[in-house]
Amino acid sequence: MLEVNPGLVIWTIVTFILLVIVLRKIAWKPLLEALNRREEHVRSSLERAEHAKQEAERILEENRKQLARAEAESQRILNEGRTLAEKLKAEIMDKANQQSRKVIEQAKLEIERDKDAALSELRGEVVHLAIMAAEKILDETLDENKHRKLIDGYLKSLPKN
Amino acid sequence: MSDITASHTLADTLRTVAQMEGHGEENGNLFTELLHHVYDSHELELPFVGHIELPRFEPIHLGNLTLDLSITKHVVFLWLSAVIVLLVTTVAARMNRKQTVPTGLGNLVEVFILYIRDEVVIPNMGPDGVRYLPYLLTTFFFILIMNLAGLVPYGSTATGNVSVTGGLALIAFIMIQYAAIRSQGLGHYLKHLTGGVHWSLWLIMIPIEILGLFTKPFALMIRLFANMTGGHIVIVALIGLIFIFKSYVITPIPIAFVLGINLLELFVAFLQAYIFTMLTSLFMGLGMQAAHEEGERHGY
Repeated sequence: MLEVNPGLVIWTIVTFILLVIVLRKIAWKPLLEALNRREEHVRSSLERAEHAKQEAERILEENRKQLARAEAESQRILNEGRTLAEKLKAEIMDKANQQSRKVIEQAKLEIERDKDAALSELRGEVVHLAIMAAEKILDETLDENKHRKLIDGYLKSLPKN
Repeated sequence: MSDITASHTLADTLRTVAQMEGHGEENGNLFTELLHHVYDSHELELPFVGHIELPRFEPIHLGNLTLDLSITKHVVFLWLSAVIVLLVTTVAARMNRKQTVPTGLGNLVEVFILYIRDEVVIPNMGPDGVRYLPYLLTTFFFILIMNLAGLVPYGSTATGNVSVTGGLALIAFIMIQYAAIRSQGLGHYLKHLTGGVHWSLWLIMIPIEILGLFTKPFALMIRLFANMTGGHIVIVALIGLIFIFKSYVITPIPIAFVLGINLLELFVAFLQAYIFTMLTSLFMGLGMQAAHEEGERHGY
């Protein structure tokens, strides 16, 4: 069982060497080439996918940033408008208040003046009426000047209003 | 001869038994007769046709070496396996060239190629080892198909013959030395044979190192041969049990065992093809690595 047959050894070596030479050319080369090509294809596809992913992420990030910027901008504009409106409102209110105060002041003054005028007129009228009444009662017993002095003095002692 | 589906062996064995009874021979001869299935022979057995006598050539005498280049049974299976490998890989190559995603046979062949490249060659030999990939792939597929050929009815395992495994180991030996010399340079390779010891020890060291070069392929030769023959002998012994007991009642038991052994042999066929390829690649890789590991003590 363990004896070596040199003829068979030779056949084995010859067959094997021929097989290597033939297979190398017609089988291993195309098979390994196909394998390498596919591996290259897979690698490049993965790389491309990775690239695309990064690109998409970049764009997404950019969009997000832009959105945030726009939001901040709109917030700013809104705030600005609000403060402006606030200021405007305060101003208008102020002005209106002042106006109204002025009108009231003027009205008061006018009333005061009219009152004074009416009072003094009334006073004159009263003096006159009193003199006339007194004249009628006393019938020229006293001259007008003396009476006037008398009544004036009396009126003055009265409280002002 | 070899393997040995149960029915095939049974037919043969029955013939042997008939002969035995005719000649009144002893039980012991049954096994010698059965074991002839494992040996090489000058005739081929074919289904329906029967025995075919293979051509015998006159031995060629070269000095005191006698070369018998007759086409024996194992030579036939050697060639048959080579043709099968050639067909399978060529078809696979043609398929894979056309399609981007491999299917069927192309995919099957590619699985083995990928495994040998990525798990055997590159880890053992580094990226430079890809250069030897055609040799190692051929070794793997050739041995695998020869191993499997023995599991087919009427088939025979060429790798169950020391001459065949010896031839393969001789090529492995040459490839291992070639790879080492190629990457180290001849000077370095010879220096390596001194084992890096003091010159006074060279007288002892050099023969040991040279012996070491031969033991590796020798182990390859014996391992493959023994593994492929062992299973067949176990099957022969189990079938023989039927005749020892001279009763067909126990037949199911040996047949069940034979079935188990056959499945084991199927596994071993793949395993041994892988081991032969892996070890060749490892030994080549050791010689190649030695080039990079300056001053470090001998790899193996």
